Amino acid sequence: MALHTDEEIAQEERRYFRVFFLLGLLTMLEVGVIYLPIPHFVIVTALVLLAIVKATLVAMFYMHLATEKTTLKWIAVTPMILCVFLLFMLTPDLGAVTRLITHALAGTEHVEHSEH
Amino acid sequence: MSTAAAESHLVEPAESPLTPESWGKLGMWNFLAGDAMSFGGLLAAYGALRYGDPHWPLPSSILGITLTAAMTFLLVCSSVTMVEALAGFKAGNQKKLKMFLALTILGGVIFLGCQAYEWTHLIEHGQSIQKNNFGATFFILTGFHGMHVFSGVVYLSVILARALMGAYENPHNNEIEIVALYWHFVDLVWILVFTFVYLV
Repeated sequence: MALHTDEEIAQEERRYFRVFFLLGLLTMLEVGVIYLPIPHFVIVTALVLLAIVKATLVAMFYMHLATEKTTLKWIAVTPMILCVFLLFMLTPDLGAVTRLITHALAGTEHVEHSEH
Repeated sequence: MSTAAAESHLVEPAESPLTPESWGKLGMWNFLAGDAMSFGGLLAAYGALRYGDPHWPLPSSILGITLTAAMTFLLVCSSVTMVEALAGFKAGNQKKLKMFLALTILGGVIFLGCQAYEWTHLIEHGQSIQKNNFGATFFILTGFHGMHVFSGVVYLSVILARALMGAYENPHNNEIEIVALYWHFVDLVWILVFTFVYLV
């Protein structure tokens, strides 16, 4: 690891705190947004976007990905790409099966579900 | 072929081309990429199951959002104490390094305590891993993450013990940077789990 000057370290610490305030602010926004009287899919979209922004902030500035080599950035991004594929591969299949089972059980378990 | 050229194929490069600081850092990044896939698989399964079930309960009707928001904030704070520990190490300030390492461990322990309280409360109120898909995905996702926090606390404790023995007086030792990567990753995953399991 390269040795750092005091000024560099102080600058880096200020950046850490700016990221910290942003993370706190975005978390409050997230908690606030779920109580808004807007359609559920708008809430979900907002939450997904906020979560991605927060995760990116942590990866870029706390894990220092912003200053790493491009190949290492690709290593970090690979699982995210695979996860999106996995989600879109699983959802139509597993989702449809669960839907079928839920509907088949709907008659027998109706009393239990109505409790929620 | 000259002898020198032949030998250069046998000798491992002294320096990792991606992370010139150390091979360990590249190793940690690769581990985290693999670990992210485990979490990704669990989150994708959760998404697919939830999508398929029209009776899926609204998480905020069962889970306590306030406590979990506080836990999220706590974990973000422990990420800040971790970067402060790293800053202390870079500045050659051993006292700052040790103090902030200890604070980071404390943050992790309090987080685990809150999670234990939350689980106990939910189980007492009839939730369980066998009851339904909601319970199964909730306990597996938060449990898998909690296991990572626990491992992180153990990992950080070992690093703190080594710091107390003076292992990090050498400015070229980058074990602090590597443990920080792991700890921030655990924080990053919690940001996603909190959003998808508790809020959505």
